[in-house]
Amino acid sequence: MTFDPERARRDFPILAREVHGKPLVFLDSAASAQKPECVIEAVSEVYRSCYANIERGVYELSLRATEAVDAARRKVAHFLGARESREVIFVRNATEAINLVAWTWGRRHVGEGDEILVTHMEHHANIVPWQMLCEQTGAHLRVAPIDDRGQLLLDELEKLITPRTKLVAVTHVSNALGTINPIEEIVRLAREHGVPVLVDGAQAVPHQRVNVGALGCDFYAFSGHKLFGPSGVGVLWGRAELLEAMPPFMGGGSMIRSVSFEKTTYQSIPHKFEAGTPDIAGIVGLGAAIDYVTGLGLDAIAAHERDLLAHATSALEAIPGLRLIGTAERKAAVISFVLEDAHPHDIGTILDLEGIAVRTGHHCAQPVMDRFGVPATARASFALYNTRADVEALVAGLGRVHEVFA
Amino acid sequence: MSELRELYQSVILDHNKRPRNFGEPAGAKRSADGDNPLCGDKITVYVGVEDGIVTDVGFVGEGCAISTASASLMTEAVKGRRLEDVERIFEEFHALVTSSSQSEPELESLGKLQVFAGVREFPMRVKCATLGWHTLRAALEGSGQTVSTE
Repeated sequence: MTFDPERARRDFPILAREVHGKPLVFLDSAASAQKPECVIEAVSEVYRSCYANIERGVYELSLRATEAVDAARRKVAHFLGARESREVIFVRNATEAINLVAWTWGRRHVGEGDEILVTHMEHHANIVPWQMLCEQTGAHLRVAPIDDRGQLLLDELEKLITPRTKLVAVTHVSNALGTINPIEEIVRLAREHGVPVLVDGAQAVPHQRVNVGALGCDFYAFSGHKLFGPSGVGVLWGRAELLEAMPPFMGGGSMIRSVSFEKTTYQSIPHKFEAGTPDIAGIVGLGAAIDYVTGLGLDAIAAHERDLLAHATSALEAIPGLRLIGTAERKAAVISFVLEDAHPHDIGTILDLEGIAVRTGHHCAQPVMDRFGVPATARASFALYNTRADVEALVAGLGRVHEVFA
Repeated sequence: MSELRELYQSVILDHNKRPRNFGEPAGAKRSADGDNPLCGDKITVYVGVEDGIVTDVGFVGEGCAISTASASLMTEAVKGRRLEDVERIFEEFHALVTSSSQSEPELESLGKLQVFAGVREFPMRVKCATLGWHTLRAALEGSGQTVSTE
């Protein structure tokens, strides 16, 4: 099956709109991806035909809604290559997934003098929850360095694994640099020391096939909204034995087996971690998004994006005064850059007037900005619906920037 | 592209490239830091006041063209002015750059600062244009707190 990006574009209604009188060129999917018609339709369909609270009613609608959420959970499990769907916890986003592990697993297993190992390229979502845990427990945060191309220094990471290391928390793909980390290798190093590994997969799942079994990690977190699903729903996958041994996260309805003022007992996984009514329609929408990308084929999507990345990289490298931030050998279709004459914020405004949406700023990765000695970058990130025409538009837009600031 | 030229007027581009009063003036006893965490803009404003008059003012930092030029033009606009005038100019400037303002600001009294009128078409950039001003106000009040436009 060949992948046709032009055809895929037509699945996304928003891509037909104009911005400032110009066709929309959306190059900010790493922040949040646009939604295909099938996802929009799946969400509406829940509200139109089968909406009710789940796991509660004996009536038809509640049963239908419960089944729809269960079906979505099975889709996620299959999508990630998980052994069982009970290993899939629905949360709001990757941030909440990581916080869940920090608050529950972390408070049980991490104590004074222990260490959590992260990398220099992490998103704030995979730094701050661990810092908070360290503050409360007296543990220390250790940071594995990266090289000038934005690649993790594996030797250094290995040296930082000590008998006090309780967890390695690492991003699969860097949102600011595009670097794809060698997760299997990192897991192997951690395993030798009996250290579990949490992977922030927010930037990986929309762009490549992920199999948690093959990766060998212990926790995997991602957000639905970056995977063309609705915002407000995300996933924590964890090994069943780890999840079962963890205390609950939030307390409330749905997560209990029985409640009395003397003693409350909790549900088994996954429900133990899903207190309160979830985003029912959002979860169903995420299931539809997974159907959509698997229907197109993640390998085909990855190949298309590799082509775009190569094309965009050489086109941007040819622009005088442009410096790429992040030039890893294994890279996702994310291009961070700075211009000699224009601040990223000004680049963003001028491109916006051309209908081009890029992200400007520190990308919730301030340590990465510090590492490369820049206060901010402009970032163009590509998804399955982007084409070479988008790259040409970006290059022309940067020409406008040059005209203003030269 | 008139909107773009309206925003990036030549005076703004000039002050971005060659910011005036860039540095810490000798006579400045007060200072404050300001930042815009979202876009990474950082600024420090230094100010000296004698008998209720701004005798010296300068700034250092890094930021986008709008924030740099605004801070630069601000230093020119407030130097030698009475504190109550500085406050009034800031209010008028704020009205100039925010589209929500009901009354048309008195453009005449703003002088060169009028070049920022285009900012009101770009609500996301208002905080860039006002970062220097908020930081100046903090320096004058001597609160010692970092000003954040977030």
